[in-house]
Amino acid sequence: MDFTEDQIQRYSRHILLQDVGVEGQEKINNGKVLIVGAGGLGAPIALYLAAAGVGTIGIIDGDVVDLSNLQRQVIHFTPDVNKPKVISAKEKINLLNPDVNVITYQELLTAENALEIIKDYDFVVDGTDNFPVKFLINDACVIAKKPFTHGGILRFEGQTLTYVPGAACYRCLFHSPPPPNAVPTCSQAGVLGAIAGMLGTIQAAEVLKYLTGVGELLTNRLLTFNAKTMDFRTINTKPTHNCPVCSTHPTVTHLVDYEQAVCEIKRK
Amino acid sequence: MSQIKVNGKEQTIQELMTLSELLVINNVAEPSMVSIQVNGTFVVREDYDTTKLSENDEVDFLYFMGGGSKLY
Repeated sequence: MDFTEDQIQRYSRHILLQDVGVEGQEKINNGKVLIVGAGGLGAPIALYLAAAGVGTIGIIDGDVVDLSNLQRQVIHFTPDVNKPKVISAKEKINLLNPDVNVITYQELLTAENALEIIKDYDFVVDGTDNFPVKFLINDACVIAKKPFTHGGILRFEGQTLTYVPGAACYRCLFHSPPPPNAVPTCSQAGVLGAIAGMLGTIQAAEVLKYLTGVGELLTNRLLTFNAKTMDFRTINTKPTHNCPVCSTHPTVTHLVDYEQAVCEIKRK
Repeated sequence: MSQIKVNGKEQTIQELMTLSELLVINNVAEPSMVSIQVNGTFVVREDYDTTKLSENDEVDFLYFMGGGSKLY
């Protein structure tokens, strides 16, 4: 593609990067990325990928913006409360960078629609807040041979892992969803807002590294951090030989919707 | 006593301590929210009671992390 003068100016700090350059920026502009969840992680990821000029950004989320989201979901503003999250996100992306083609899916990712939706994308981002969908994304991406980034946050901590076919998948590390009755109490939930930005921008960097082919992805390594101490750690892992989905004899061969227990704060 | 590493940090434990016992002394309240790797290999939950630790073992506790608004 030929960049206009405006585009050369817009993307100049990427083009100046020796590892990226015009060629790398073209790869970003040709990239198609699906973001599952326009929440705490999806918000910074969508903003940075839009700013970077990712050509097509798909966003899937069935929720509307809630006042309690604004503490961390930085793509949504106060006037957006009650607006569908995918619409709110699309509006901001269009304002930030008109080069980006935004495709919205105002629905949940399910066992029924997952493979059909992800097939059009180069890379999938897990920006979800619940385990049933995290396992669904993993299984769909392993089955469809799509790379994805897993992200999880809780309280002051975050974790992320990048999957590409052949590397350890989420199930290699976490065999199956935790039982709903394992949830101890609601008092153990909550998240420091900035943690979502810390982890989301790491995931966005992984997407840009994948699209440009620069550097080494977080494959076979789980990155974890605790913002209370600001200790970062990478735990080396490897594909598990009896992984339920990515091993040579998988037991998970089709997608399932796991049951979801909810731990919401009750309003008085 | 045995010297092992738990999440990268040195820890002294009694000899032949099991993974289940290690979870207890590390105050892991909800073992089903943890996945455990010993020397780079994941141990299935059913084997926590029978997996004994020895000198220089490296243990990683990997916690399930969702999104903060819901625990599950």
